[in-house]
Amino acid sequence: MHLTSEEEAMLAGGQGRATQKAMQILVALGKIYEAERLVRVSSVQVSGVSYKNLGDAGLEFLKGLAKDGRARVKTTLNPAGMSLTGWRSQGISSGFAEKQLEVIDAYEKLGIEISCTCTPYLAGNEPIFGQHIAWGESSAVVYANSVIGARTNREGGPSALAASLTGRTPLYGLHMRENRVPTVAVDVEAQPRVPEEFAAVGYFVGKEVKDGIPHFRGVKRATLEDLKTLSAALASSGGVAMFHIEGLTPEAALRAKGLETVTLTRKELEETRSMLNDDGSPDFVSVGCPHCSLSELATLARLLSGRRTRREFWICCSREVKRQGDEAGYSRLIEKSGAKFALDTCMVVAPVEELGFRVVATNSAKACHYLRNAGLKVRFMSLEECVAEATSGA
Amino acid sequence: MKLKGRAIFEGRAQGLALVSSSPMSFYGGVNPDTGEVVERGSELAGQSVKGRVLVFPHGKGSTVGSYVLYRLAKNGAAPCAIVNAKCETIVAVGAIISEIPCVDMVDVSKIEPGVRVRIDGATVEF
Repeated sequence: MHLTSEEEAMLAGGQGRATQKAMQILVALGKIYEAERLVRVSSVQVSGVSYKNLGDAGLEFLKGLAKDGRARVKTTLNPAGMSLTGWRSQGISSGFAEKQLEVIDAYEKLGIEISCTCTPYLAGNEPIFGQHIAWGESSAVVYANSVIGARTNREGGPSALAASLTGRTPLYGLHMRENRVPTVAVDVEAQPRVPEEFAAVGYFVGKEVKDGIPHFRGVKRATLEDLKTLSAALASSGGVAMFHIEGLTPEAALRAKGLETVTLTRKELEETRSMLNDDGSPDFVSVGCPHCSLSELATLARLLSGRRTRREFWICCSREVKRQGDEAGYSRLIEKSGAKFALDTCMVVAPVEELGFRVVATNSAKACHYLRNAGLKVRFMSLEECVAEATSGA
Repeated sequence: MKLKGRAIFEGRAQGLALVSSSPMSFYGGVNPDTGEVVERGSELAGQSVKGRVLVFPHGKGSTVGSYVLYRLAKNGAAPCAIVNAKCETIVAVGAIISEIPCVDMVDVSKIEPGVRVRIDGATVEF
């Protein structure tokens, strides 16, 4: 792989130990994936924040890097395992909280914005079409590639961090136009109308295409919220990093001939929805996976206005979107109902299974997928049904 | 026999080969404190990777696996070297941050379990 003289200097250790380690990671990845060179990135999203996943080893690694490493480009952070300020009322143990705050402290020293959200594109990290970026967080990767048209591979925690500390990533995979063409056509015969139907479409298609690039036909309209939940679902049942929707997404004109076609009718949609439902009555309700948009907060404020929650109800969103909700008057109406904002975190990365809950109701296919893996039972429903579930008598 | 591969993290090491013919997951698959393989169904289940030359086709599973290798190294329970058919992101990153010599592009089926293996840069000798 060709390196510039500045990159050679980083690799030789001339710009500090953390930069050297980061450059070693990028060069090794470049070698493995046969990149010709590195490319400059304009934005990074770092995953690997919850202490639940990092453990002491991950924490130690981050502390080591923070000794002399600094972010060189705009870098934001994935959600943590708890709300950074409201963890006590979430029932998080002080032992866990202490470690989680040490993780955050290390990231802050590295010059990374403590945004703690899986939707950086709603909270100030907003790449534009054609930009090279290095993002972790699988749902945001799909959204950035597909909806925005920025270019990123699916980064893991350390490789995204390495990109931040050097401002570069190896040029391979989805950074190259020729690798962004669809690999499978998906004929959608049942137009999805609401976000949970988009989630079901994504969950079904992710399983079918694995790490391919689906090209949807027959989806006539979609909102930001529809595409956000579609992205998350595609990346949880499969390893999808990008999709196209004919007539809607910016690179949908990229074509490949003779693609294998998957057909999706109302039957597959209904089967997928019912497959995401276990037995049992929910004792916990949560929305905001991926983190809620301002428009979702508006809907929640309307639905919750004048009602009282009877079950634990978490509304997961970023501090930034919550702030916008405060200004718009939504947050007050939501909190008055007894619903709790779960800022900086979500039901997937917080240790929900240790908080004593057994059955979770949610509008996210992604959350259903991961909560099941953690041993919980799930009920998949619309945002409106989640509110009804949270406010209905026991 | 001497095989020439590709150095992912350059270094020198020697030890007895611990060979898995199937891909390995470190996150949830290896106890990060002891090095014991705990993945259900793995042919190495119950054995320890500590101090061994760990030979397997490639990594799989969560990217958090890189941090598991780091934790093994900090606990003195890491393999002394890793040999892969085709290294991927999880193992490569793990080897680099843990400074475990790692070589790939090697025909791993040639390495018999238990033989003494010597790693030097991109060379694997046994």
